[in-house]
Amino acid sequence: MLLRHTPKEINERSAVTINPAKTCQPIGAMYAALGIHGCLPHSHGSQGCCAYHRSALTRHYKEPVSAATSSFTEGSSVFGGQANLLQAINNIFTVYNPEVIAVHTTCLSETIGDDLPQIFDKARKEGTVPKGKTLIGAPTPSYVGSHVTGFANMVKAMADLAEPTGKKNGKVNVIPGWVEPSDMEEIKRLAGLVGAEITLFPDTSGILNGPLSGEYHMFPKGGVTVGELKGCGDATGTLALGEWCSADAARLLDTKHKVPCRILDMPFGLKATDRFIDALRIVSGTVVPEEITCERGQLVDLISDMHQYFYQKKVALFGDPDQLIAMTEFLVSIDMCPVHIVTGTPGKRFEKRIRELTKDLPVPVNVRARGDLFLLHQWIKNDPVDLLIGNTYGKYIARDEDLPFIRWGFPIFDRQGHQYFPTVGYKGGLRLLEKVLDVLLDRKDRDDPEEQFELVL
Amino acid sequence: MATAKKKLVELQPTDIKEELLKKYPPKVARKRAKQILINEALENDTPEITANVRTIPGIITMRGCTYAGCKGVIMGPTRDIVNLVHGPIGCSFYAWLTRRNQTDAGVDGENYMTYCFSTDMQDSDIIFGGEKKLAQAIQEIYDLFHPKAITVFATCPVGLIGDDIHTVARNMKEKLGDCNVFAFSCEGYKGVSQSAGHHIANNQVFTHMVGENDEEKPGKYKINLLGEYNIGGDGFEIDRILEKCGITTISTFSGNSTYDQFASAHTADLNCVMCHRSINYVADMLETKFGIPWIKVNFIGARSSAKSLRKIAEYFGDQELIDRVEAVIAEEMPQVEAVLAEVLPRTQGKTAMLFVGGSRAHHYQDLFTEMGMKTLSAGYEFAHRDDYEGRQVIPNLKVDADSRNIEEIEIEPDSERYKPRKTDAEMQALEARGFKFKEYDGILPDMEAGTLVIDDLNQYEAEKLVELMKPDIFCAGIKEKYSIQKLGIPMKQLHSYDSGGPYAGFRGAINFYKEIDRLVNSKVWGYMKAPWQESPELSATYVWE
Repeated sequence: MLLRHTPKEINERSAVTINPAKTCQPIGAMYAALGIHGCLPHSHGSQGCCAYHRSALTRHYKEPVSAATSSFTEGSSVFGGQANLLQAINNIFTVYNPEVIAVHTTCLSETIGDDLPQIFDKARKEGTVPKGKTLIGAPTPSYVGSHVTGFANMVKAMADLAEPTGKKNGKVNVIPGWVEPSDMEEIKRLAGLVGAEITLFPDTSGILNGPLSGEYHMFPKGGVTVGELKGCGDATGTLALGEWCSADAARLLDTKHKVPCRILDMPFGLKATDRFIDALRIVSGTVVPEEITCERGQLVDLISDMHQYFYQKKVALFGDPDQLIAMTEFLVSIDMCPVHIVTGTPGKRFEKRIRELTKDLPVPVNVRARGDLFLLHQWIKNDPVDLLIGNTYGKYIARDEDLPFIRWGFPIFDRQGHQYFPTVGYKGGLRLLEKVLDVLLDRKDRDDPEEQFELVL
Repeated sequence: MATAKKKLVELQPTDIKEELLKKYPPKVARKRAKQILINEALENDTPEITANVRTIPGIITMRGCTYAGCKGVIMGPTRDIVNLVHGPIGCSFYAWLTRRNQTDAGVDGENYMTYCFSTDMQDSDIIFGGEKKLAQAIQEIYDLFHPKAITVFATCPVGLIGDDIHTVARNMKEKLGDCNVFAFSCEGYKGVSQSAGHHIANNQVFTHMVGENDEEKPGKYKINLLGEYNIGGDGFEIDRILEKCGITTISTFSGNSTYDQFASAHTADLNCVMCHRSINYVADMLETKFGIPWIKVNFIGARSSAKSLRKIAEYFGDQELIDRVEAVIAEEMPQVEAVLAEVLPRTQGKTAMLFVGGSRAHHYQDLFTEMGMKTLSAGYEFAHRDDYEGRQVIPNLKVDADSRNIEEIEIEPDSERYKPRKTDAEMQALEARGFKFKEYDGILPDMEAGTLVIDDLNQYEAEKLVELMKPDIFCAGIKEKYSIQKLGIPMKQLHSYDSGGPYAGFRGAINFYKEIDRLVNSKVWGYMKAPWQESPELSATYVWE
């Protein structure tokens, strides 16, 4: 047994988190910043933070992840990190020459109270920021929220680059949230089909799923440009996909520049994708083409074909709030029973939303924000499930409890393909269903007695 | 870029060094110049390199932090101690199972390595202090698991807000009674790299656990294996070989280690140091306090493993052991030689670069040498000058502001338990035969003249080196892997071995030969360009044939 010390009996804990279902803010900021074209993320803190974030992102995306650090020492921790950041900005523009440096803070620099805008001003005055280059900054204290919060904070900083000209540009801002590069690409494909001209930010497609060609480009072709971000203030509207990841940026554009926004769920599964496509059609004033309606029909078709294997199967899932909300709705919509749902990210709204989505289920449902995998495992021990969905760390529970397991979310350290195959949209829905059915039927084929082992399923 | 256009053969090491430094602002170039050395390979008269100094802000370094060295490297692979990280969630999350330390729960069945413990500090803890939460977390862990020990690791904000983790630990130890609780002040901003964390971990392990269990362990030839972390199962392979030789490992610092191993370490008769950088402090302290001498060993490489076994046997000086060791080597080597003979025609003459750790960039050159591969350039991520130039430089090392902050603990011979393992005469006799105690000559004497030795290599320099020197394989860590591979050069992780290993010992050597053969000869590196990119001109044929 890998998690041999986890007891079935649950005692509430108030101080220790065991096997977290979240990590800290800065990594989210780093991921978001990688979705800006020509951007070097910069971690304002000890160099270990940057090393850990780069390692985790690299292990997940299997792509180069460049980011710099202020390399705090004991001295900078006492006297503040201004000198380090100023030196870093100069070195970065001299050696790596990015278009943008996207600085995020850490628990260290936040506790000290370093003021990014003031340090940026000083850098500009000292002339170390070449003409046409951009500095953006996001406060990402690790002791607030989670990696999702850090992502949202950096996306908000991106939205803050908007410089409205006063003339609408006819484009729609789409904020995809922390999804895979493949998902971002799929959202762009769908928007293209709908005929909506969109600014997608951040956009890591082409950056964290790039080709192998014998050439290394520190700043690959993809990503939203600073010019496009500046244009965000002239958009017709903003669609924010995911309350936790994307809403803050959308609301900023709404309040500051009067760009109306709609907060939608992430488009995972049938219903959430329906709402996304419908909203996109309305805001861009276009007609949904037959091609998309057909894709939708194919997803419905597959649900009907597979329904017999899904009906009332119990599922445990963990991950980030926006993903879990959409996935819970999808599972309920195909008549599965998501019974244990945990996110490490805080937010009572999460629990409320999951309760609403699962209120008609015939079984009791456990849900927890700021929970951990230790608790999830205990719930599973008390009320076993047929399927587990979550990031790679779920494999320890899956093996101990002998559960079919689908890797979905962040991080995935032990399987590949997520960079290339989307799970958003109708096509993504097909892929999710395929994954679910594969693991359920692989289990059936493994467990069925020989006399019941069947060729045709 | 006149130099870059020169053909490979014309490039002198000085040209390459110049290329690496060219783009830097003057201040950065001056500093980096001292960390890039053109080796002269003059034994014991090596030129000086600057090492263990601050990384320059903004220069994309490979290095991590003090916490990573303490929690991640040294304490991470201990299995029956609960390692509790006091801080925001990230620090504990990132060190959770990511180093590939293999572990076996053993007969006692205690194993917490698959778990991740954190106080998950919130803003209120930062404002009002986290000591109460820490004490409560220790209590909750104790109530759930009753482990032998709970250790506490400080993260950056803990040092800033001034939580007294050592007092909390001491109080909880007293309160719990049957659970050792102690803490590490390993805040990430201390020191200049992981290295400071190793030192802090060494000190606390030695202070709080070593020497606690005086019970005599069975075994005729008893050693401690220091600085072996069982990544990819290296430690398991070394254990297998030592056991086969009849050598008893009292403790491993710290691959798959247990509380009792640390507590009993002082009962061994010889300390064998694998990773000099991370653990030499413990070796020195065990010698000073308990009289156990230490030798440098290296189980990376089949020939190096054989050499190390012979060295251990020679120390004990018992003919029975010497014969047994020879028999084991004779039994193991044929399989190794057979695989080597098979891969050698495909690896001979290829070139490698290694930039890892505080020992591996040195040790792994032995394996590459066995495969007929030349090391063009190498360097450490977080080593000190002694790891480059040899321990004779230690008395002359400059103590700077960063190293002064890392505690040096004063150790004195134990009044009752100090026991020299050999008489002075025996030691002298061994030394007269060329047997060396407490010695490590560093990487430089083993590298060819004119090779580039680079400390704290960064992303920009790595890319330049590969571009200019075109090695057949590049070895570093996960962060470096894909930028190198995008250039069409295979990259092997030598921190965590990608998904491979073990590479130590005899079976490990076989694994490594096969792995490197696979990497340098994989077909994939030949697919970089599409046919229309290789010959973009249109076909002369007008119609389809």
